[in-house]
Parts: sequence; structure tokens; C-alpha cells
Amino acid sequence: MSPVDHDTTEQSEQLSEYRRREQSITLSALEPPAGGEGEERQELLTLNFGPHHPATHGVLRLLVTLQGEVVRDIKPIIGYVHTGIEKTAEDKAYWKVIPVVERMDYLAYHFNAMTFCGAVETLAEVEVPKRGEYLRVIHMELNRIMSHLVWLGTSALDLGAISMFWYCFREREKVLDLFEMSTGQRMHTRYFQVGGVIEDIPLGFAEKLSAFLAEMPTRVNQYRALLHSNEIVLQRLRGTGLLDAGRLLEFGVTGPLLRAAGNPWDLRKAAPYCSYGDFDFKIPIGTVGDNYDRFNVRFTEMDESVAIIRQALEGLPEGPWITSDRKVALPPRHELATSMEALIHHFKLVTEGLRVPPGEAYYPVESPRGELGCWVRSDGSAKPARVHMRDPSFVNLQAFSEMAEGGYIADMIATLAALDPILGGIDR
Amino acid sequence: MALRRARAAVGRASVADPATGPAGEGLGARVDPEALRVRELGASQLLRGGELEGPAQPAHLEGADLERHVEERVMTTTLEKAVAWARSNSFFPATFGLACCAIEMMSIVAARTDVARFGYEAFRASPRQADLLILSGRVSIKMAPIVRRIYDQMLEPKWAISMGACCSSMGVFNNYALVPADKFMPVDVHVPGCPPRPEALMHGVLKLRKMVLDDPDMSWRERYGAVGTEEVLPGA
Amino acid sequence: MPDATGLELIAQELGSAVLDTVYFRERATLEVEPASIRTVLARLRDRGYAFMASLHGVDYYPEEPRLGVLYELLDMGRVDRISVKLRVPCDGAEVDSAVPDRPGDLGWRTASHQEREVYDMFGVRFRDHPDLRRILMPEDYEGHPQRRDFPQGGEPVLFTYNDSKRPRAPA
Repeated sequence: MSPVDHDTTEQSEQLSEYRRREQSITLSALEPPAGGEGEERQELLTLNFGPHHPATHGVLRLLVTLQGEVVRDIKPIIGYVHTGIEKTAEDKAYWKVIPVVERMDYLAYHFNAMTFCGAVETLAEVEVPKRGEYLRVIHMELNRIMSHLVWLGTSALDLGAISMFWYCFREREKVLDLFEMSTGQRMHTRYFQVGGVIEDIPLGFAEKLSAFLAEMPTRVNQYRALLHSNEIVLQRLRGTGLLDAGRLLEFGVTGPLLRAAGNPWDLRKAAPYCSYGDFDFKIPIGTVGDNYDRFNVRFTEMDESVAIIRQALEGLPEGPWITSDRKVALPPRHELATSMEALIHHFKLVTEGLRVPPGEAYYPVESPRGELGCWVRSDGSAKPARVHMRDPSFVNLQAFSEMAEGGYIADMIATLAALDPILGGIDR
Repeated sequence: MALRRARAAVGRASVADPATGPAGEGLGARVDPEALRVRELGASQLLRGGELEGPAQPAHLEGADLERHVEERVMTTTLEKAVAWARSNSFFPATFGLACCAIEMMSIVAARTDVARFGYEAFRASPRQADLLILSGRVSIKMAPIVRRIYDQMLEPKWAISMGACCSSMGVFNNYALVPADKFMPVDVHVPGCPPRPEALMHGVLKLRKMVLDDPDMSWRERYGAVGTEEVLPGA
Repeated sequence: MPDATGLELIAQELGSAVLDTVYFRERATLEVEPASIRTVLARLRDRGYAFMASLHGVDYYPEEPRLGVLYELLDMGRVDRISVKLRVPCDGAEVDSAVPDRPGDLGWRTASHQEREVYDMFGVRFRDHPDLRRILMPEDYEGHPQRRDFPQGGEPVLFTYNDSKRPRAPA
């Protein structure tokens, strides 16, 4: 507001006191704040990004210390969706733990189940048949695509590219239709069991999956084309939230965040589990580790997942989909009418649960957010003595403060989006 | 001219179509669009004056014509019913996702189960602007006071839907860390499921809509005797 | 995982700090003295196990010493994992924190939140942790939930409409 420009000499007597004061204001030099000048002496403001906030991807609370708009320190406060999953799991039979543990990282439910079943299978020395492993891979990679789609939709929403949300959820519905076809549930499918998968895929699943796979690469390209050369996206994501690979490793960060910084660590390639060694796929890596790289890495991961699923579907072997060890897996229902042993096994498994020899095992998998591991301690009974889920988001969150320091609040929001935290996994 | 054509069309249609009802039906009855158009045109003709079919006359209506006009154009109801109709069709849900159910709540905003069809797509982040709290996910003991505070910050009239098994009835996890939503706030509709399908949540929201539509006086404070729970700022 | 012989070699090198070695289902675990955890971690880091994948607690009730803390280490270069376990009794559950830097021994920054979780859930105090307070439970919560003798808890299911029918003590 520039000072009013009119002849003040004769009009000043008619001007009100207010107008005279208004005219005397000049905007040239504002008084520096008391205590000295310079940017360092500006007051620091601590702002609470409360647990209820549209941009925190769940109930994450951040205490952000700001200097103007520049973020100086972030303290995340978590625990707002702590569900006591690990404690509940100690009270349930092994196969009943699976639905409990699935709800931890709620966008990667098949991975949660895989890691728990893997740990129990290690302890009980159960062999998963090939078909079971391939079906597990198909469902895990579909889940990875779905998780990245939700991430993309919500991150673009945070940045302001609101239409991405609807496009991503359109594809997500297709993935959930596939899950519903094979497992009966959209989310938290309880499909993975100790020893394999609970049921074979129905007729028509392969066709529907092939149709989805034929269409998905085009969609990923379309979404990439919408965002990757957009001027606003480039300005907001290029160079923000930078953290180099060495520092990330100190914080224990794995997954797309580490790969975006240039370190090609991926458990599917490094320590193949569940027949991942049979498939030919690439690991996308980034260059500098800023938010733009993280976006690109996840886009390309969707493409690679499509390739893996296609190979798994084409190479799907015939055979059982769950182990035939009757002490671990339920016998097929038709056997119950003819075989006494099958009936007894069924009875023991349903009432008591499977018994696992005592021991401790840690089983890591590569979830969409990084290394997801499950540590199971068994004391020989039908209930686990301790189940600990090593959640990637919980560990990745420690690096968030350093990623966002020195940037603006808007960059902090973009970094939080690219971090892909899932509060269910963080809080368990 | 238009009127004569429309009448002719209705004349042709009404022989076969029994759905054309008498004029002046209440809200919600099936109204044949052709017949409605005819009545509308007839009513505006009435206002313009005089005969329904004939040269236009200067407008003034009285007596039976006026009554007929009012019958066909105007509907009476109570203020509460009208307000309830407006309120029920324009919930502003608060963006309040806690856990897995939040993803299915996001799905109802997405294109397949489109909540905008019903008018509820305006999710407001600020509780002061929202009137529907969809508690989607498990409420832990650390979060419960915050949920309560958000609910208190919402302005009357407000409603709450407890989505999913966890907030309605502890769900899969009946343990030390969770609190059922009914323990600390009144809930109007519980939607079961783990997580409930988007269609199930939509059914729950529409059930709430029906509840609000039918019972205009839905203020929860009177129902539950819950005075003194408004959020009061310190020093006020 | 280092195989059984490899594990024994590592144990020999670490000397008196190692109480026990377990090689089970092709997974190697070293049980160490709680007082020497920093030295063990530093030596394993020098050997290549530079990535701490997980830090978590266990309650071995009713065996004593009751509380255990596990460190899952990973050697990314050789794709090798090893677990380090230490056990402390319930009273006197104090362990050196893995977080702070020491002269000649870089701290493990990833342990920060994870040690807070072990403290919160089991009550193991970590000496010199930069910020040891509860992370998942409310700050003023009493008790350590994941101990085996802590009750599961739970609430009776109550809905708004049947609140008046809740069983109450006779007036």
C-alpha cells in the first residue's frame, strides 16, 4: 500500500489524525527485532502439525521448529494409532496371528503376512510348494502396485495435482477386483497361510490378470507423462528433501528411498526369497536422492512389478498351493469324509493350532517401503511367544528430520509425501 | 404452442403409462417428467393470466385459478423438515482417517463409489467447517482425547459414523491400546466390516441421511443430556 | 548368514564378551554380555556388518534373566546377517545405548526410535540415549505393555444405544 499521493500542505488541516498518520508511514526500513539484526536472531517458532492434519498421511504429529518459513528442526511424535498388534499376536494361535499382523502396514498386507508366514515356516521347517510361491509372488507384486498407486494418488494430492487421485484409485479398484476374485476380500485378505496360500486362483483369474497387465504399462506411462515434465512438479520435487545414501544407511533406511539415492539394495535381488530368483526384472535407482528421484523410482517399480507378474503368470506351475504337511496346513475338505487322520489333523489344527518347535527366526522381505521383517520367538506351544514386526516406515521416519531441514514448509510436505509413511506400520 | 405439444405428448403417453399421478403429490412420489412439464407450463400460463389455451392475458389470478396455481407450484412443509432435507443432503465430512478404513474411505471419494453423487464430496479439513465425523480406523488411547477434542470443535448439528469394526467394537484387537468410540463420544451409525467396502460405508452414510431426514430434531445434546461438552478456550 | 564355523570364528575373535552362540535354521545368533554391547557392535561393524536392520526387545518370562534386547545386523556387501542378543534382569534393566557416538566408535543412528520403543514396551533403560521417553504409549502411561505379565487388557463392547443397560454396581 503506497502512501497516498496528494497535496498535503493545504489539505493536512482537513485530514483526520488517522489519515495523517497513515501518510507518514514509509515502508523503506522496518525496525529490526530487538536483540540485534541478522537472520540468526529471528525468533524460532514451534508449530504443531497435529495428528489431525490433511497432509500427514495418517495420524503423525510433527513438532516443527520454524525460522520464518524455513524448517530448522522436526520432532515426530507417534503412537496415535498404536494398536498393540505384537501383544495381541502373543495371545492367538499361529494362523490366527495372520489377520492380526496383516493390519499393521495396511497398504502392504500381503507383505506383512508373507514375512510372518516366512518366519514361522523357517521355524517349523515347512516347505512351500512352487505353485504356492508363484501365487504369493503374484499377490505380493499386485500389492506393491496397489501400494504405489495409493502413494502416488495421495502424494499428488498433497502437491496439488488433485486429479491424479482419481486416476490412481481407478487402477487400484482393478487390483482390488483381482484380490476379491482370488481371495474374497479387497483388503487384509488372509490369503497367505503358513505353508503356502489358502486357495488356488479361480477360473477366469488368469484372463482378468492378463487383461490388467496388458493395460497397466500404458496407464503408468500416462501417469508418468502427467507429472514428470510438469514445471510445478519439477520445481517442487527437484532438489528438495535431499539426503545421500551414506546418511540414509546410518538411519537404517531401505526401500525406494535408498534406491533413489543410488544404492541398489533390494532384498528380492540380494537375498532372493519365495522364488524371486526365477524372475528377470530390474531394480530402478535414482541419482541424487531428492524427491523427484523417489517419484521416478516408484513409477518404474510399478513397471517392473508388472513384468514380474507377467512372468509368474506365464510360468505358473501346476501342483499344490499349500504344503501337504497335515500338521501345518488344513487337509482338503473332501478328505475329511474318507480319512480319519485328516479329520484328526483338521480338528487339532482348528482347535489348538499348529505347534512350532522352539526357536527364534527373523525373516525379512522387500515391502513397498523397504525392509519389512518379522522376528518370531516360539516356545514350542501353539501360540507365538513374541512376534516383532520390523516396520520400514518406523525406521525411515528417523531420517525425515534431516531430509526436511533447511527447506521450506512446502518442501517438508513434499518430502513427507515422498517418504511414504504408513502410520499403521509405524505405530503397530 | 409448446404447451399444446406437451399436452399432446402426455395424452399419448398417459394411456399406456400409469405412473402419471394427480397433481399436488408430496415429496418423494414418482412424478412423470412429461406431466410435470405440462403442469409447469400450465402454471406459468396461469400466472400470465386467464385461460390455459388462448391468447395471453395480463397477469392476475384470483379464486380458483390462484388456488390451482398454488397447488401446482408450491409445496408446504414444516421448517424442520425442510432444514433436515437440506442438512441430510449436504454433509461435509471431516477428513479424519486413522488407519486401514481410511483407505476405503478414500475409495468412496474415488470414481467407482462416488460420494459426490450424493453431495458429500466436500471433505473439510477443519472441524469447524465439517459436520460429519467418519471415524475410520482404530482409536488408540493416545488418540482418543484428540478425537474427542475434534468432535467438540465441530459445530452443531453434527453426526458421527463409526466406520469399521475397530472403532465400533474393538475389532480384531481387543487389548490395552484401543478404545471403542462409543466410550467417549456418541456415535450415530456403526458400519461393520474390516474394512467395510466402500459400498458398505456408502450404505452407512445413506442410512444416516435417512435418519436425519426422518427425524429433524437430531441434536445429540438433547438426546444424551450432554451439555457442557463444548470446547471452551482457556481464558474465555 | 555366516555358517556355523564362521560364527564360531567371530565368537572367538570377540572373546569373553560372547556368552553363547546359536546356529539355528541357518541363522546365527551371538549372545553377549550386556556391558560389552558397544564393543561387540563396533567390532562387528568393522567386520562388515555395518547396517542395523532391527533392534527389538523380548520378554523371556519365566526364564531369567528376563528381558532380552536383540540387534539384527546386516552386511550388505556379502549379504550376511547376524543377530546379537543380550539379556538383562527385570530390575536393573540397563544397557548402554547404541545411539551416541563414542571416540573411535560411531553410533548407530537408526537405534534412536527403536530403543525408545524397547524402553516403552519392556522397560529396558538405555544409558546415554539422547531422548529416552515413551514413543508409542502416552507419556504418562504406567507399566510396560509387552512384558508377558502385563495383561492383554480390553474393553467390554458398548454401544451408544445400550449405554443405559450397562451393568452397574447396585446403588
